[in-house]
Amino acid sequence: MAEEKLITPGPAGYIPTPGAFMGVELPPPGKALLYGKIVDEEVAMREAAKAMLTRRNPTIFPGPLVLWGWNAAAMEKAKAVLELAMEIPNCRIIPMPDYRPKYPKIDPEAEINPNHPNLTILHNKIEACIFVGVHCHYANLSLRMIRAGTNCFTIALCAEMGHEDAMVSLRDVHAEEIRRFKDVLVQVRNELGIEWEPKLPPENPSLPKEDWTKISPLDFGEYAALLMPRKGEIVEETE
Amino acid sequence: MGLEYVRISPGFERYMPRDYVDLVKFGQFGKQVDVMQLGQFKELVEEHPMCAGCYMAYFIRVFYAALPNPEDTIVLGTAGCARLALSQAAVPFIYGNYGDTNAVASGLKRALTIRFPDKVKDVVVIAGDGGLMDIGFGMTMHSWFRGEKFTTIMVDNEVYGNTGGQESGMSPKGVQLKMAPLGKKFDKINAVELAQVAGCVYVARISPTNPKRIAKVIRRAIYAAREFGPTFIHAYTSCNIEYSIPTREVLKDAREREKKDFKFYEWMTDEVKEYLEEIERKEKEKAKQEVK
Repeated sequence: MAEEKLITPGPAGYIPTPGAFMGVELPPPGKALLYGKIVDEEVAMREAAKAMLTRRNPTIFPGPLVLWGWNAAAMEKAKAVLELAMEIPNCRIIPMPDYRPKYPKIDPEAEINPNHPNLTILHNKIEACIFVGVHCHYANLSLRMIRAGTNCFTIALCAEMGHEDAMVSLRDVHAEEIRRFKDVLVQVRNELGIEWEPKLPPENPSLPKEDWTKISPLDFGEYAALLMPRKGEIVEETE
Repeated sequence: MGLEYVRISPGFERYMPRDYVDLVKFGQFGKQVDVMQLGQFKELVEEHPMCAGCYMAYFIRVFYAALPNPEDTIVLGTAGCARLALSQAAVPFIYGNYGDTNAVASGLKRALTIRFPDKVKDVVVIAGDGGLMDIGFGMTMHSWFRGEKFTTIMVDNEVYGNTGGQESGMSPKGVQLKMAPLGKKFDKINAVELAQVAGCVYVARISPTNPKRIAKVIRRAIYAAREFGPTFIHAYTSCNIEYSIPTREVLKDAREREKKDFKFYEWMTDEVKEYLEEIERKEKEKAKQEVK
């Protein structure tokens, strides 16, 4: 079985051969990719769940198609992703809100950038991750870079046809399929004997901590000027 | 593109990086900001890898603050300095091959018009003198001949700054550059007159010393392009590295050039003039009502 695994966690080295060049084909509807081989969805889901439950620092990387509520389906999918995150012990969510290059550098604890995803993965010592809601061309780019330079187990929940360079790739994944994956994950978790009370992952560390006991205009920093009355504006009452 | 793309999915507000939360809460999407309020709202472009003292970086910062509808705008750029900052902005950016920006913009604008017949989508090309007047000259001119409805902004640093300092068609006559030691043999191309002759309906030349004026010119060019045809802005954005301008004297240099060959110049057709006057009159009335 071991020699049949075409796509395995790296590091595979600088510019690894793409999955497509290694003979990996995208799965037909109803099937999935596991280590580059076409298998039943259930098999791939169980393996993905096992990776998220047993490897260090499991993390979900939601992309713009999930993070931005641009239609009802996206919002529903976002809700399903949060439900999934709640069921994974000690899971984190590190977002990929867009694809623009960021120089001098990103904050690897706050976000992941498709142009250098390895920075976030290596900084946070992530060994299992889920890509969801990332446009295919950037998912392809990132997944191959992750395989090249890290030992991270990658899972692609793709809304289209899947990704050759992920260790597990499910296709046609929308809110309903994410919930199905969540159910499989809970089942595997119970089989492994892992006890976990569902709870939301910690919030983004870059966000300011809210402390309503001592709020003042100065807390708004550079935006304090927005609170000041404009010329001619009359503030009748304050809270 | 559109305001629905700058709305965070419910539940994910606590997982977004602060930059994006600020962009939604304090950014300029769906609002009209005054360019003089720079620093008081979350700007569309903040970090960039351009050189210290780069005047082009300043112009781009003001450009983004001046956009009338950033949520419905696509910016195109090409090889050169400008794209370094343009690609990092929170507005969709397309990187054309060297010289083909105006051809890409033509197709894009036409496609957007077909795809969104009820919405106004702005397409703006920002490229350097090399991208528009040298290597991209043919495609730039032909987009104007065809009367394509988008705005072209030339950020003219008078040199190929990225590649070590070769002369461009826009370098002044006689100038000696690191990779052109013999001095330039011919005059600077008169891009503004070319644009007028080629069919642009609004043309302006500025040395960006006055942010209010930059914003006004950019908004006028974008408004005119929506209705009438191609518009063109020629902006002087010095390269302080290749022209060895000390950082603290960059603005002084821009003011000096403004007195010489970059005097403010604005030309538009009569119908554009009438249209812009009407828009600006309405904007003033709206501002007055808001104050009341």
